[in-house]
Amino acid sequence: MHIARNWRVKKQRYSLHGEICHHCGAKVFPPRDICPECAKPAYDPLQLSGQGEVYSHTTVYDAPAGFQHQAPYALALVRLEEGPMLTAQLTDVDPKEVHIGMPVEMVTRKLSVEGDEGLIQYGYKFRPRMMARAA
Amino acid sequence: MRDVAIVGIGQTPVGELWDKSLRQLGHDAIRAAMADAGIEQADALFVGNMLSGELAGQEHLAALLADFLGMRGIEAAKIEAACASGAAALRVGTMAVASGMADVVIVAGVEKMTDTLPAETTAGLALAADQEYEVAEGATFLALNAMLMRRYMHEYDIPHSAFAPFPVNAHHNARGNPNAMFHMDISPARYEKAPVVAPPINVMDSSPICDGAAALVLVPARRAAEFGSGKRIVRIAASASAVDTLAVHDRGDPLFLEAAYLSSHKAYALAGVTPADIDFFELHDAFSIMSVLSLEACGFAQRGRGVDLGESGAITLSGRLPITTLGGLKARGHPVGATGVYQALEVVQQLRGDAGPNQLAHAHIGMAQNIGGSGATIVTHILIGED
Repeated sequence: MHIARNWRVKKQRYSLHGEICHHCGAKVFPPRDICPECAKPAYDPLQLSGQGEVYSHTTVYDAPAGFQHQAPYALALVRLEEGPMLTAQLTDVDPKEVHIGMPVEMVTRKLSVEGDEGLIQYGYKFRPRMMARAA
Repeated sequence: MRDVAIVGIGQTPVGELWDKSLRQLGHDAIRAAMADAGIEQADALFVGNMLSGELAGQEHLAALLADFLGMRGIEAAKIEAACASGAAALRVGTMAVASGMADVVIVAGVEKMTDTLPAETTAGLALAADQEYEVAEGATFLALNAMLMRRYMHEYDIPHSAFAPFPVNAHHNARGNPNAMFHMDISPARYEKAPVVAPPINVMDSSPICDGAAALVLVPARRAAEFGSGKRIVRIAASASAVDTLAVHDRGDPLFLEAAYLSSHKAYALAGVTPADIDFFELHDAFSIMSVLSLEACGFAQRGRGVDLGESGAITLSGRLPITTLGGLKARGHPVGATGVYQALEVVQQLRGDAGPNQLAHAHIGMAQNIGGSGATIVTHILIGED
């Protein structure tokens, strides 16, 4: 992915910046210009907590270019506490131990590497929630 | 608006066609459809294709095909809607004839996926997903379907083996289709032992990477008798399309294919039919889970009960709602941008009584549904054989 394209998404990718619609109250990630719930065009910024749970998951064996050094890896649909769902890798966990409903939290990690001279992309992954481990 | 009829069909076999180029595939299918319709020229050519730019470095595909076919001077354009490109092109062709803006229209679907290495083709297919919020995070098209299947099994407490009848039926039906990629039966036991590619999806849940091209000739229905060789005239009774969120994670309920519900129910209203009137259904079985979600959204099964249609045998050639009657995406093959045209063409084969050993005893109203991405674009056509 090109440099400018990465730079444009840095707030959402590094710190889960979302939006809240001041018309209907919908919480949204990633930011859009139009609320997906009420289709009205107004938004206020919302910092998401990064806490969520696994809605579903799989293991990627045939990884796309840039991800091959990580394969096999766990991929999940994560439902954030605030409501929005996103797609992310799970980290710091054996893919066999992942289950639906597992509490997870966001961490910033290396996402992909574009060869020896290309970009290294960083962004969000999710790991088992530390509090849940301690409990 | 004018009624539209399909008066010509043509297809290439589906498979790893290393001796055929993209343009040659398109040529072969289109020439066959033109011969079937008895035409030498057309007003317009609409080509469904997803990956010619990515995998062959060739855009401007419709102009290339028209040129290669000696049809300089006509209107031509490529239509892209991921794996729904074929049916999207059919819909554009239908609109052109229905509106009166064109009289004789060729709709083709062409895809070449086997010249490139599997990793390149896989990356190409992922272009259908959200590049910034699915693919950049490591998702593949297969992985997205796997997560839908796992959630479905979890919510409705359904074992993986319950999906076996779908690929078993598709493979059985492909044996009667000389143009299908695979001609071998698979057993439920073989299905359950197949290598897992993205849990819970295994190889036998997944449609193959392949090449192929199919084409249709569309004309105003009132002129249909002027074309073809006296075969039954097939009318496009409904053409409908709808979109959903591009990313799976943005759907309020990822297990309900909203775009399938919307496009099928628009189509029922346009054709004046209900799901009970549909004699057979060429659905989009790119993965087993998609068959089940499509059947539920289109009103053929309650939510969580789509697998029952497999278990009861309703989906077989002698069942209440035969599906994938000539092999479907799983066993005829899924040359992505061509698939929607193959589906409509196979509905025409059944309605004409030309489906060979797979001919249905009762084929009067057939439905085809083509899905782009993991459900973001869904196009439904209902075709009726005229008496």
